[in-house]
Amino acid sequence: METKAFQKIYTQLVGITKATCSLRAQGVANEELAMVHGRLAQVVKIIGDVVTLQVFGGTEGIPTNAEVIFYGEPPKLKVGDDLAGRFFNAYGEPLFGSTDVEGSPKEIGGPSVNPLRRKQPSELIATGIAGIDLNNTLVTGQKIPFFADPDQPYNQVMANVALRAKADKIILGGMGLTNDDFLYFKNVFENAGALDRIICFVNTTEQPPVERLLVPDMALTAAEYFATEKNEKVLVLLTDMTLYADALSIVSNRMDQIPSKDSMPGSLYSDLAKVYEKAVQFPDGGSITIIAVTTLSGGDITHAIPDNTGYITEGQLFLRKDSDTNKVIVDPFRSLSRLKQLVIGKKTREDHPQVMNAAVRLYADAANAKTKLENGFDLSEYDERCLKFAHDYSLRLLAIDINIDIDAMLNQTWELFAKYFTKAEVAIRQEFVKKYWPAEQ
Amino acid sequence: MKTKGKVTGIIANLVSVEVDSPVAQNEICYIYRGGVKLMAEVIKVIGKNAYVQVFESTRGLKVNDTVEFEGHMLEATLGPGLLSKNYDGLQHDLSKMDGIFLKAGDYTDALDYDVDWEFTPLVKVGDEITAGCWIGEVPENWINHKIMVPFKLTGTYTVKSIVEKGVYKIKDTIAVVTDGDGNSINLSMEQKWPVKMAITAYKDKPRPFKIMETGVRSIDTFNPIAEGSTGFIPGPFGCGKTVLQHAISKQAEADLIIVAACGERANEVVEIFAEFPHLDDPRTGRKLMERTTIIANTSNMPVAAREASVYTAMTIAEYYRGMGLKVLLLADSTSRWAQALREMSNRLEELPGPDAFPMDLPAVIANFYARAGLVYLNNGQTGSVTFIGTVSPAGGNLKEPVTESTKKAARCFYALSQQRADGKRYPAIDPMDSYSKYLEYPEIIDYLNETIDAKWVETVLKAKNFVQRGKEAYEQINILGDDGVPVEYHDRFWKAELIDFIILQQDAFDKIDASTPLLRQKFMLDLIVGICDNPFKFEHFEECSTFYKGLINSLKQMNYSVYESEEFFKFEEEVKSIINERKA
Ligand SMILES: Nc1ncnc2c1ncn2[C@@H]1O[C@H](COP(=O)(O)OP(=O)(O)OP(=O)(O)O)[C@@H](O)[C@H]1O
Ligand SMILES: [Mg+2]
Repeated sequence: METKAFQKIYTQLVGITKATCSLRAQGVANEELAMVHGRLAQVVKIIGDVVTLQVFGGTEGIPTNAEVIFYGEPPKLKVGDDLAGRFFNAYGEPLFGSTDVEGSPKEIGGPSVNPLRRKQPSELIATGIAGIDLNNTLVTGQKIPFFADPDQPYNQVMANVALRAKADKIILGGMGLTNDDFLYFKNVFENAGALDRIICFVNTTEQPPVERLLVPDMALTAAEYFATEKNEKVLVLLTDMTLYADALSIVSNRMDQIPSKDSMPGSLYSDLAKVYEKAVQFPDGGSITIIAVTTLSGGDITHAIPDNTGYITEGQLFLRKDSDTNKVIVDPFRSLSRLKQLVIGKKTREDHPQVMNAAVRLYADAANAKTKLENGFDLSEYDERCLKFAHDYSLRLLAIDINIDIDAMLNQTWELFAKYFTKAEVAIRQEFVKKYWPAEQ
Repeated sequence: MKTKGKVTGIIANLVSVEVDSPVAQNEICYIYRGGVKLMAEVIKVIGKNAYVQVFESTRGLKVNDTVEFEGHMLEATLGPGLLSKNYDGLQHDLSKMDGIFLKAGDYTDALDYDVDWEFTPLVKVGDEITAGCWIGEVPENWINHKIMVPFKLTGTYTVKSIVEKGVYKIKDTIAVVTDGDGNSINLSMEQKWPVKMAITAYKDKPRPFKIMETGVRSIDTFNPIAEGSTGFIPGPFGCGKTVLQHAISKQAEADLIIVAACGERANEVVEIFAEFPHLDDPRTGRKLMERTTIIANTSNMPVAAREASVYTAMTIAEYYRGMGLKVLLLADSTSRWAQALREMSNRLEELPGPDAFPMDLPAVIANFYARAGLVYLNNGQTGSVTFIGTVSPAGGNLKEPVTESTKKAARCFYALSQQRADGKRYPAIDPMDSYSKYLEYPEIIDYLNETIDAKWVETVLKAKNFVQRGKEAYEQINILGDDGVPVEYHDRFWKAELIDFIILQQDAFDKIDASTPLLRQKFMLDLIVGICDNPFKFEHFEECSTFYKGLINSLKQMNYSVYESEEFFKFEEEVKSIINERKA
């Protein structure tokens, strides 16, 4: 961002906190950008002539006589085809010494889509992972996070999903990404020969946390350009939204707001919704799909961050290590894709909904059997069969290293049904049983 | 002269304005930002400073921007043409807005002023009338939309003139009335009403005495909701609040449905936009959209308008109640509205109550729920607003302020359980924790026994008891092990499972199972309770579970079959033979 000639320079701060500073100034607009001591900042509060600025780079070392210049406009990103294949920092400045982007500046965090102008999502995203495609089918225009403890391989799974998803553009918004993970993404995309479809906005752990607040808006502004101007299918990856929420709480804390649950700002729901609701299917074919990561602490989904996220997103994909098979699986109980109804049995084979439900129910029976076992009770013959089924089901379908198509997933599930259960135990609509129950060998 | 002011401070969407003349609490004003007018509402006044909540993003607003006050509170525009409309939280017609993205200050008309309406007068010159009286009617979709004397008029008026039957536009004068002092007032087909005030132009609000059929078995059979009553659905995320509300909106035996999408997902509203124009109303055969009005303030739309959205929806519902109609109002989720209140209260630096919600939250919720109800209009006819709200408790914990306050205000409680949802036992309404106070109302008991079956309530209570006993047996089995309890315990447990699988669980996405008319509910309940009444004997608990699983499988096929079809009876035969075999 360049400074314009004849801009007024202020040199007297009246207050500094860890994330904000304030000064007396006139004619300043809410949410406009400023430069404080060479660091980018944004107006977050105006009372009379006292303006409070949120300093993205942190306020360490800022003196009371720091130079402050106002830009007269909110944060913008230059959008154009030239964005493709490039890496940016949180301010939208090109990394790795690359040149400026050619394009027209667009305000980030812009207005919402008129709900009436949206189209109902209906296009399936196939990932090859049965824990997703079979049990929690994704659809373009959906927004869904991975809920995972920090030791789960969520970034790897996400990169896999992104590459298999047949998106026209993949936009990565990295927040508090470790440098290693950033390089991992870069390598995977490079090796897949997908770099021309990739755009990255990255704030790494080495950079100031408040900067992260810009990342989702940058990524989504770029996404809106390709989805509306080029009618492209855009997949936005946001990792890690927990660190984004942490940055929100830092700022609200510095502004003396009363925290609500888990020291999070009372506006957490709205703040997160503003990001996630950018996911949309446009009528002209363009779409924005958001796959995010929300790291948990000890699997606790009642913490304010995953809790509010769950209320906003269209389901969640819950990763956990299955001790029986020693595989990371997509947990069928705690995972959910709410948009699956729009495609399963419609875009996929007719028996999909019932097969999916029956398998999960039998898997639940296995979980009960396991509890019995742990409590020292004898298992019934049915319990034994459930446990065997659960083992196979977890290994052949739920594990995240699976890569098969949906018909194959359904056939495999039928095979497992026939191997371990009677038709009555599976309890699926008779017409499907007639058609798909594997013939006896 | 309108009161004017200047912006003196901005914190997110809370703006302080210095005013030059009087302003009223909740008065509406417009802030001029460049060429755009942003709507706002006064929520606090101190000295010459009015604090207003802006219904838009305040990006770009500056100190000293001008403000103009309107002299009235936030009002709903009421008149023919509200049905089938899609509004934002402030009742602006979403379909009239240009472009894909919403623009701040793009305020469109709620009604269509150039449309012709077939007006038929219902009063004649010289008639005495009061607020809410029907002076004429126009056909709107399939209802007779009554044109009412504006609710704002107090006292008695005399009709001085009334137009003849014919075609008129909304703003045309259709009647002139005079007050006691002989002043004339022109009436059109449109009137306005402040959304935060209840419309009370009715004679009487009796206790509800009939039930409203929803087609959802675990509601109608287990915990019925009365016409003109209030219910709420709390549940952790993903447990099925929205799916349940959508099912109710499609199937309920109401004349019209007002849906307030309050701070929830845009895609869920799109689902209604996409489906309702094609789905049939099971009772009239007309398209569902014809009886539906949607107020959408999705979670990415301005937060302050969220609070307004539920009030706007309630006002429209009360308006149609005044025409003697059965209105069902659904709001998803009232927690988002409470959160909007919390955000403002926080910015106003008010002393917070529990979980940082405003202190008066319980009162605000209670007042809102109290606006629902069955009423006798002044002409003796009945009209009703039935309200069902969802609540999204933080962390799924029902001990939080919104759930607790709502529990005090609503009469039906449909608690969605995480455990049931995890086990895909949908709808996840917990049969034991949930309740309908109406099952204790003698007038409702009489009504049910008269309209469904003389023994209906008795049978329902019996079924509930089976579920209760099954749950207790299950706990024992869990503690003592399958072999550690008498086989009879397993029989008890499985009887409860039978009721759960066949009556309580219902697949909202299956064409046939989704909606069950009361008659069919009665048939199935009698069948199931009949089965449960049998004292089956089993040698071993596995024999017991195999028997019930087979039974459940066949009964489920009945649920998936068209009622009283060949297929349906075939499965019924199957069920009977399984039972006879067992008895033999
Ligand atoms: N009756 C039902 N039949 C089948 N599936 C259901 C039923 N109810 C809910 N579901 C499943 O549960 C999912 C979540 O339901 P829903 O969106 O209604 O949850 P919610 O309680 O409204 O969640 P939130 O609070 O996050 O909005 C649905 O997408 C669907 O997969
Ligand atoms: Mg919902």
